[in-house]
Amino acid sequence: MAETGVRVGLFVTCLVDLFRPSVGFAAVKLLEEAGCSVEAPFAQTCCGQPSYNSGDRQSATRIAEKVIETFADYDYVVVPSGSCAGMIRRHYPGLFAEDAEMRARAEALAAKTYELTSFLVGVRGFTRVKARWRKRVTYHDGCSGLRELGVRDEPRTLLASVEGLALSELSGAETCCGFGGSFAVKYPDISDKMVADKVADIAASGAEAVLCGDLGCLLNIAGKLCRLGRAVEARHVAEVLAGMAEELPPIGAPG
Amino acid sequence: MLLNSRDFPANAREGLGNPTLQKALSMARTGFPEKRARAIERLPEFESLREKARAIKEATLANLDFYLETYENKVLAAGGKVHWARSASEAREAVLAICRSVGAKTVTKGKSMVAEEVGLNPFLEENGITPIETDLGEYIIQLRREPPSHIIAPAIHLVKEEVAQSFREAHRELPPQRPLSEARQLCDEARAVLRPRFLAADAGITGANFLVAETGSSLIVTNEGNGDLTQLLPRVHIVMASIEKLVPTLEDAATLLRLLARSATGQEFSAYTTLSTGPRREGDEDGPEAYHVVLLDNGRSALLGGEFEDILRCIRCAACLNHCPVYTAVGGHAYGTVYPGPMGAVLSPALFGLEECAHLPNASTFCGRCEAVCPMQIPLPKMMRGWREREFTQKKAPAVARAALRLWAFFALRPGLYHPFARIVARALFAAGARRGRFRSLLFHSGWTAVRDLPAPEGRTFHHLWAKRRKGA
Repeated sequence: MAETGVRVGLFVTCLVDLFRPSVGFAAVKLLEEAGCSVEAPFAQTCCGQPSYNSGDRQSATRIAEKVIETFADYDYVVVPSGSCAGMIRRHYPGLFAEDAEMRARAEALAAKTYELTSFLVGVRGFTRVKARWRKRVTYHDGCSGLRELGVRDEPRTLLASVEGLALSELSGAETCCGFGGSFAVKYPDISDKMVADKVADIAASGAEAVLCGDLGCLLNIAGKLCRLGRAVEARHVAEVLAGMAEELPPIGAPG
Repeated sequence: MLLNSRDFPANAREGLGNPTLQKALSMARTGFPEKRARAIERLPEFESLREKARAIKEATLANLDFYLETYENKVLAAGGKVHWARSASEAREAVLAICRSVGAKTVTKGKSMVAEEVGLNPFLEENGITPIETDLGEYIIQLRREPPSHIIAPAIHLVKEEVAQSFREAHRELPPQRPLSEARQLCDEARAVLRPRFLAADAGITGANFLVAETGSSLIVTNEGNGDLTQLLPRVHIVMASIEKLVPTLEDAATLLRLLARSATGQEFSAYTTLSTGPRREGDEDGPEAYHVVLLDNGRSALLGGEFEDILRCIRCAACLNHCPVYTAVGGHAYGTVYPGPMGAVLSPALFGLEECAHLPNASTFCGRCEAVCPMQIPLPKMMRGWREREFTQKKAPAVARAALRLWAFFALRPGLYHPFARIVARALFAAGARRGRFRSLLFHSGWTAVRDLPAPEGRTFHHLWAKRRKGA
């Protein structure tokens, strides 16, 4: 993996930036192991999804323009989130229906933007990580990554190479955890039912840890696990793949 | 019919807190999806059928005026009549006029969501005509005076003990000690009670799954055969359908039928598929003397050519309801309109107004399962977002939410402000929450901490640490 010709722009995501920068560094480590040189441009903030999904299309479009400009020169844009990657890949081009030039630029960005695990496996052919973690884990498929981007096998392929790790599949792995951005705050009762069901499935899996590729889902799931006093850890899959899980406390644990 | 969509959050809370409802909903939650999955596994061409079906409906909607006229001419040629109804009230009046023209006292009804949409039953009752629902689920909710909670399984919110209770209250002529604990006993009782009513009815009203332009036929699918008795025995058959039920040919209807039952109940085909073309002809042994179609617009034609046109492809299979984590959590009544779930979240605002139904397109996590299972490839999340956009641009969204969004966008567009601010927030939250690693509550009331903790941040932002690392390198 000596090749360093591939320039990756890391789209950190606002949640990783604010809540769990370790996930960003785990992504950097994995990308470097996969032979990429990584930059995380300072001009990035958010992908615009909060605006987009709340009906503020105008703001979402302006944020998208900024992201398109910021990441135009990278060979690839990699995102440790299926949700934000899905926003860029699946939704940015549609924001510029009436502007052919911007639409072309949005499509160019969309075409080179990947969710982290699908980039490692699908683009870089990187399937074996140098990590060990003696845990029985289960995996929750974030909805956007799964249904907008078709990411399903990639995290499992990579996890299979983690020494000591055993994956037991989660019943209802493809059912939403109830996060949904502002949904969790606007409709807490429904969100609660969904995340309670999710946590019950996680408990039933017998796993010691639940992994996921999206910090949004993880804040929701970890928050419910904590509230219920469950001993199951919640972690971003990148932390485990980068071999950081041993020293890094799980999400929601005292730091 | 619009009920109380504005109260969605309170309705939802009620549904979530109702253990009987939660038990009843498990059928929608697991039963239907599992059956659907098995049916589709056995149909390798399912994906290509979806493409075909979508193309059929798209082409129909693009030329709907033509197909509607063709259809009407064919209905006329077969001896029937089409009544155009722009609104719910015109549809109700049309049905009433037909009933009155034959002096109808009682009418039997096969399941019709359009009849529910226009609120037909209460209207007929007000006008001295007794409607009798003959679909088992519809019959049950009619006895209970409840609206349907699901578009194909109207009584899915009930468990059989509740049904038994309703039957005991309604069928007072039957022995009070009779056993009613088994589904079979309930079915038999409903069948016995309904049979003479079929025979006594003056008119029969059914819905339509499809209207076929080339033949002027209406097509219904049922699993109980009640539709056939409803439309064959009385003197008059009234079909209630909305304009988007049109398909050009019988072949097209057959293609859509291959998707309908599989997506709905996981059956390969419904037990009964019945085509009706006009009234009884000379020499026919049975059939109605008159055949009427009440064709409802009720806001649909306004969707043609616009961003919500795709919802007119809907064939009412209910796969989106059955796979929706919100629908299966709260049940259909919470939505407060006759069309619940994802298809309802898109259609109801179009029919009953965005202001009334604003919660429905908002109460979605955009998990995308509805679109993934929709046999007609309707982009349901995209259209729910479309309603949110209208709500936002028409300034109907709550002012606080709008201000918060604008503020977020303001910062997101200014990295020079955003990053220092994010650093402060990360620091402050860390300082306050690091000891426990999470917050049980925040300073303000939050929907988040009402039901779950908020994990505390690690303390520094990624961009802060990244800048330091770059400097150190």
